[in-house]
Amino acid sequence: MGKTLAEKILSAKSGTDAKAGDIVIASVDLAFVQDTTGPLTVRQFQSSGMSKLANPERTVLFIDHAVPSPNANQSNDHMLLREFADQCGCKLSDIGEGVCHQVVQEDFTRPGDVVVGADSHTTTAGALGAFATGMGSSDVAVAMGLGKNWFRVPESFKVQVDGNFPKWVSAKDLILHLIGTIGADGATYKSLEFHGGTIKKMSMTGRFTIANMAVEAGAKAGIFAADETTKQFLKSVERGNDYKALEADADAVYEKTIKIDANKLEPTVSKPHRVDNTALAKDLKDTKIQQVVIGTCTNGRMEDLAVAVSILKGKKPAKGVRLIVGPASRRIMTAAIEKGYITSLIESGATILPPGCGPCMGLHQGALGDGEACLSTANRNFEGRMGNPKSFIYLASPATAAASALTGEITDPREVM
Amino acid sequence: MLKGKAHKFGDSISTDHIIPGRYAPLRSNLPELAKHVLEDADVNFVKKVKAGDFVVGGNNFGLGSSREHAPLVIKMAGVSAILAKSVARIFYRNAINLGLPVLICDTDKISDGDELEVDLTAGTVKDITNGNKLTFGKMPEVMLKILNEGGIINYVKKHGDIVV
Ligand code: SF4
Repeated sequence: MGKTLAEKILSAKSGTDAKAGDIVIASVDLAFVQDTTGPLTVRQFQSSGMSKLANPERTVLFIDHAVPSPNANQSNDHMLLREFADQCGCKLSDIGEGVCHQVVQEDFTRPGDVVVGADSHTTTAGALGAFATGMGSSDVAVAMGLGKNWFRVPESFKVQVDGNFPKWVSAKDLILHLIGTIGADGATYKSLEFHGGTIKKMSMTGRFTIANMAVEAGAKAGIFAADETTKQFLKSVERGNDYKALEADADAVYEKTIKIDANKLEPTVSKPHRVDNTALAKDLKDTKIQQVVIGTCTNGRMEDLAVAVSILKGKKPAKGVRLIVGPASRRIMTAAIEKGYITSLIESGATILPPGCGPCMGLHQGALGDGEACLSTANRNFEGRMGNPKSFIYLASPATAAASALTGEITDPREVM
Repeated sequence: MLKGKAHKFGDSISTDHIIPGRYAPLRSNLPELAKHVLEDADVNFVKKVKAGDFVVGGNNFGLGSSREHAPLVIKMAGVSAILAKSVARIFYRNAINLGLPVLICDTDKISDGDELEVDLTAGTVKDITNGNKLTFGKMPEVMLKILNEGGIINYVKKHGDIVV
């Protein structure tokens, strides 16, 4: 019987004939933490009696969530991570390098890898054909020390997407539409595997956005076949040799198939306070916003910035709207400067943040005031997420975000272009 | 046998309700962090909860972030088990890894303030207040072993390895 991508990868990494429902011990190719989950991982590691990392070269500590540090407590946490990296010889990605889920793809993930991170959006690495899943601090500590952990092999849903995106519709609209359709727990414990003509043609940026948000439907992983697009991406980050082709068997067994016609998608928005509370942007006219955020691990890549520039160029946000832009990594920041995007965005009134999580998690930079609303290209809009339980977060694509910045209310990008 | 009062919450209690990101600066000061447990779902929870009590949720309890601090602060509040109709994947695993039982059962039959009696071995919940008896599903063997060792860190400390 054929295997899904999840079954293929977990079979190879566990040395068993792994099928959905099995529990296996699989070797871990990359384990990482970030600055809000890492300190607990370090403490759990130290109290576990494990003294050495199984694979220091492929253990990474990211300082990306609160950067540069906004307060003394967080600075102390950062110090703890730097000291641990020094002692153990693992990799450290310090302030300014970027969000873990971008840097992991640029520097580490290979098709067929098992990737675990103490961050739920670790699923992003599934875009490169890895089995990547978020875990808690203790589970990652175990993976760091033993080089393996236990996994339940998930059943898979086949998401079959065909057709062409209409103009100003993108991967973000597709994943918001999917989550709105199946619900925030619609794929709990499952692996979402993406297939079809739209997916084959989709850029790496689009695939990252989708894999990133797979967890918002409860999924354990969101996986794409590794193909020519994957190869070109790895080449572009000087890792061409890490490429290997990987696809699901033609006779793989899926728990169900979800079909989506890309031609019919429209700019989509998640309304407060749940990601599956979706509506079409055109139906949310008159929804006033005070802040627009373009960036984060979901939509802070070159293609995202290019879309924002094409809508904002030569224009200014509406009165009363603060526009905040955060490139996801140093590499992206540099490329965006070279292309002139950063200058253009600054001329359009944007405040540019250093590479990192920015306001996404409510730690600093762009916390909302009481009753304020923000339209963000991030992946989560739970109550209190951006630092204030009395505020409102809407999620959308970079195109919808840029269009809405111009009008001061939620706007379908097709209306301003 | 676990005994205590039910603190009932609705569906979709996220890790941001349990311990919001804005308290990340307190994550290395757990006693202070724990003062904010479930604050965005019920500001009075921390005052009401007593050692041995239960957190009772609806569907998809614990969705969102992978922060292990979420089950950790619930455990620090003295809660002896979490009961819910369904639980988000990472939260479930994190709670078990900390030795905090998570029991999947029909929590619609439990009201806020009910006195509960949980028998982990028999897999039953007795609602003393309304007389209902509920059963909860078995967890995978590996999770049971981890739970019985008081969490994954104790497990690894004892066995030096992880086996299924
Ligand atoms: S950008 Fe937001 S969602 Fe992404 S890793 Fe940072 S805090 Fe998490």
